[in-house]
Amino acid sequence: MEYFTQQLINGLTLGSIYGLIAIGYTMVYGIVGMINFAHGEIYMIGAFIGIITFSLLGAVGITWVPLAILLVLIVSMFFTAVHGWAVERIAYRPLRGSFRLAPLISAIGMSIALQNYVQIIQGAKIKPMQPVVRGNIPLMEANGFQVNISYLQIIIIVLTIALMAIFSLIIARTALGRSQRACEQDRTMASLLGVNVDRTISLTFVMGAALAAVAGVMVTMYYGVIDFFIGFLAGLKAFTAAVLGGIGSLPGAMLGGMLIGLIEAFWSAYFSIEYKDVAVFGILVVVLIFLPTGLLGKPEVEKV
Amino acid sequence: MLRLSGVHTFYGRIEALRGVDLTVEEGEIVTLIGANGAGKSTLLMTICGNPRARRGEVRFEGHDITQMPTHDIVKLGIAQSPEGRRIFPRMSVIENLKMGAQNFGLAHFDEDLDRIFRLFPILKDRQSQRGGTLSGGQQQMLAIARALMSRPRLLLLDEPSLGLAPLVVKQIFETIREINQRQRVTVLLVEQNAYHALRLAHRGYVLVNGRISMSGSGAELLANPEVRAAYLEGGHV
Ligand SMILES: Nc1ncnc2c1ncn2[C@@H]1O[C@H](COP(=O)(O)OP(=O)(O)O)[C@@H](O)[C@H]1O
Ligand SMILES: [Mg+2]
Repeated sequence: MEYFTQQLINGLTLGSIYGLIAIGYTMVYGIVGMINFAHGEIYMIGAFIGIITFSLLGAVGITWVPLAILLVLIVSMFFTAVHGWAVERIAYRPLRGSFRLAPLISAIGMSIALQNYVQIIQGAKIKPMQPVVRGNIPLMEANGFQVNISYLQIIIIVLTIALMAIFSLIIARTALGRSQRACEQDRTMASLLGVNVDRTISLTFVMGAALAAVAGVMVTMYYGVIDFFIGFLAGLKAFTAAVLGGIGSLPGAMLGGMLIGLIEAFWSAYFSIEYKDVAVFGILVVVLIFLPTGLLGKPEVEKV
Repeated sequence: MLRLSGVHTFYGRIEALRGVDLTVEEGEIVTLIGANGAGKSTLLMTICGNPRARRGEVRFEGHDITQMPTHDIVKLGIAQSPEGRRIFPRMSVIENLKMGAQNFGLAHFDEDLDRIFRLFPILKDRQSQRGGTLSGGQQQMLAIARALMSRPRLLLLDEPSLGLAPLVVKQIFETIREINQRQRVTVLLVEQNAYHALRLAHRGYVLVNGRISMSGSGAELLANPEVRAAYLEGGHV
């Protein structure tokens, strides 16, 4: 039971990170109908900007941890969003309206290009970082096993829930969110109602990238090391989370992220850590066989 | 108010409009009739820049809008209820109406909503229902209502009577007259239902294969034997 609770906490932490990344996949898919395979790299760039900002803040003497984290988040979200925006402008917008596979190929190219870009300017070696937030809260103890939740885990989980709530509200209630949903459902009609479709798509990439940046910063603090290749597997798993939850569905991405995190944590704990990635993708395959639209995918029964 | 001169529009290599000249003056109801495939919907969409005229010019109140982005054209005061209605299926009636208003300022939203609900009481009862689950007639009313939410000066209506029961058609046409007279909205109405349209309109154009073949007052066209043969007695609904 204690062991189980500990894995639950670890899984939710991991799931938060996957969920934050998955939202970017699902929102972009919803609005332009393509998988942005460069999104994993956007997350990786968020992590790098985070680590750079941490060391800059250290150099100028800003060491009060809450302030430092807040500043790092803001800086990373901003500059990562700029990258997300640029990816759309450079690699996808010129291809809008061309054949279906074109943006997909462009996405894969973009993904490789971004990896190389970071590798060249930051080096191929792993980048370590001193722990910023230390300490645990012991939750329970039995049979010599202690269940802990670290302060960092609390920060990750709470921040994720807060951001997801804010994003859900933006999508559901604001004019921007309505425009995004309108573009998703009928782009031509949206433009007839005065929506600047290109700008709305850009903003969707920006929002997805900002969330991925938060995930990147959190991962850097959580694991303490990053390299230019972390975007690949994390991106693939977050994409899996988005598909598992139902691609295009915002709550689906959040749920899918959490589930992937939990599966990974429990599989590593009870079965074998070597096969945790296999387990994640295996479960995806099984779910898709029985629920092709994912767990919360929208049923396509509407008369138009 | 609106003037098309020598407009040619293509879909790939298919020429859907072959040099169209058409004008609409402020305060008028002008109707455009023609058989299926004549290019009526293309003409309305060309005014909004999607697809764009490849040759010729579209002017609205002195602006050359031929190359303007769609979202800027509509901000000059043009609204369209397009072919197929294009209601956002996964948005509620209220959200569809908000989409009609939000890029033109939500300042008058509540006031305009009251006005719309007086015009179409059924929409008030269905406020929170998803657009995709409305009946055809309700969707048509919503499409017109959504277009009106932007307070347009020129309203483009593409076959508002299509697929509707005769009683609903009558109601829609009365509403168009009301919008034109009370709210001083200029209307360009595309219809296959030529009889009703010509009775309602001040002037009309007949479109055949992407060209204007005839024009005149509604009464003149109604009395014209060619129009009668082709669009009123030939089985065209
Ligand atoms: N999206 C499109 N792609 C290719 N051809 C089209 C498209 N839309 C319409 N057309 C063609 O353009 C012509 C005019 O169509 P349309 O404007 O819809 O006519 P109408 O509204 O009078 O029925 C038709 O020949 C039609 O087949
Ligand atoms: Mg048509």
